Amino acid sequence: MEIIFQQKEKTYLSKSLDSFLINISQTTRFVGTYFIEVFRSPFEWKEFGRQCYKIGCNSLPLISLTGFIIGIVFTKQSRPALTDFGATSWLPSLIGIAVIKTLAPLITALISSGKVGSSIGAELGAMKVTEQIDAMDVSASKPYKYLVVTRVTAATLMMPLLMLYTALVGLMGAYINILVNEHTTITTFVIEAFEKISFLDFSGSMIKATAYGFTIGMVACYKGFTTTLGTEGVGKAANMAVVTSMYIIFIEELVIVQVLGWFR
Amino acid sequence: MITDNNISKETVITVAGVYKSFGNNHVLRGIDLDVKKGENLIVMGRSGTGKSVLIKIVCGLLNQDEGVVEVLGEDVNNLDTRNLEQLCLKVGFSFQGSALYDSMTVRENIEFPIERNFKNRTRKEVLKDVEMALDAVSLRDSMNQYPAELSGGQKKRIGIARTLALHPQIMLYDEPTAGLDPISSIEINNLINHIKEEFGVSSITITHDLVCAKTTGDRIAMVFDGIVQKEGRFTDVFHSDDKRIKSFYDYNFTQ
Repeated sequence: MEIIFQQKEKTYLSKSLDSFLINISQTTRFVGTYFIEVFRSPFEWKEFGRQCYKIGCNSLPLISLTGFIIGIVFTKQSRPALTDFGATSWLPSLIGIAVIKTLAPLITALISSGKVGSSIGAELGAMKVTEQIDAMDVSASKPYKYLVVTRVTAATLMMPLLMLYTALVGLMGAYINILVNEHTTITTFVIEAFEKISFLDFSGSMIKATAYGFTIGMVACYKGFTTTLGTEGVGKAANMAVVTSMYIIFIEELVIVQVLGWFR
Repeated sequence: MITDNNISKETVITVAGVYKSFGNNHVLRGIDLDVKKGENLIVMGRSGTGKSVLIKIVCGLLNQDEGVVEVLGEDVNNLDTRNLEQLCLKVGFSFQGSALYDSMTVRENIEFPIERNFKNRTRKEVLKDVEMALDAVSLRDSMNQYPAELSGGQKKRIGIARTLALHPQIMLYDEPTAGLDPISSIEINNLINHIKEEFGVSSITITHDLVCAKTTGDRIAMVFDGIVQKEGRFTDVFHSDDKRIKSFYDYNFTQ
């Protein structure tokens, strides 16, 4: 029942090293429990659906605006450099590669870590300090399954869909800028934008988005579940959910790009 | 002083030599106590003496560092997850802050543990349990309200109703009257007595409220420095010569 270990007084190595090892062990146990619980029936479908709606649909307005503006700005700022080399016709390809391979997954993840991560961290943190999670525990209602499995699964599944949507909106923004300046037709733009995108590029972006979604959900739930120090702790949990997931997302970006490079 | 009647009764909770520390803070230092079937044991003592920690250990929310805790004949620390969950269903916990789920209505709050633990129950049976629990705390009209719309006393009663819906054999009350006005406190005290008599529930009540202790308790255990210093009936305990117990009593009744 105690997923989070109680720190005992006894010091084994040194205080800081003990604390570090306990943290690692706690995190591993927390993440490991997900892979056991997610396959154990019954699944909390109703809560999962609610979380999918919250993470997916409620993020659409912010993602639409950000993706669209980034599409326009990126196109506008890339044009002068390409014009110098007389390569303006490469603009759709450049945008296609940039948006689908990097911008869409990364922007979706960073926005979601701010919006979704902080919301989950604060919600679970508040539930922890008001003993709502303990109340679920003592009534054998499996809080991990209800709160963590549903949120992490929803974030993991929604992130690739949000990434596709960001890519679409970003390309739309880019096309509007290209239409105004180069009068390119939509068909030509689409053909050129996707010309240099391979199946590996596309699936790589989907894998990245899935990994980012899992990270955001898991980090936020962990920070929420381990909240202490009352209301101050709730704010800290929300903040740490965002900051920690952003760090991990950038590290994952580096690792996944490196690994995908080996398959080219 | 323990009555002969109590001695002959079956022990439902045994706490023997339990130690618990958080870092350098030694909260429980070898505490011993037991609860007989059908009785309400009041645990009193100054803040920070580990009373809430004690009942969290009893229901398996925390693990003790040393000692044995047996609930309904089961050693809580040595149970696997499945058996601990089964035991949890027999032990209701009323939290100090009620711990109602903010995002759910009162009905959903009570349905939540029933639906997760009794999966073969029909919708009608679940609703019947919800109504029974709400009737027991006289709050059936609040069924569709959210916790934010309830008063402190109502929240406490709904919190108790949520545990009652699981038909527990033992109730653990963590400061049930804390922060309530005298009228609401009396209502909660009456409710604790009603639950004990109507459902035959044994209980441990953590409180600082001497009125609650006097009106609901069969026995009182005074905890100081992480151990039970004095145990017995209300009059026996508070007629003690122990300075700390005396000051506890005097302070409460001169307020």
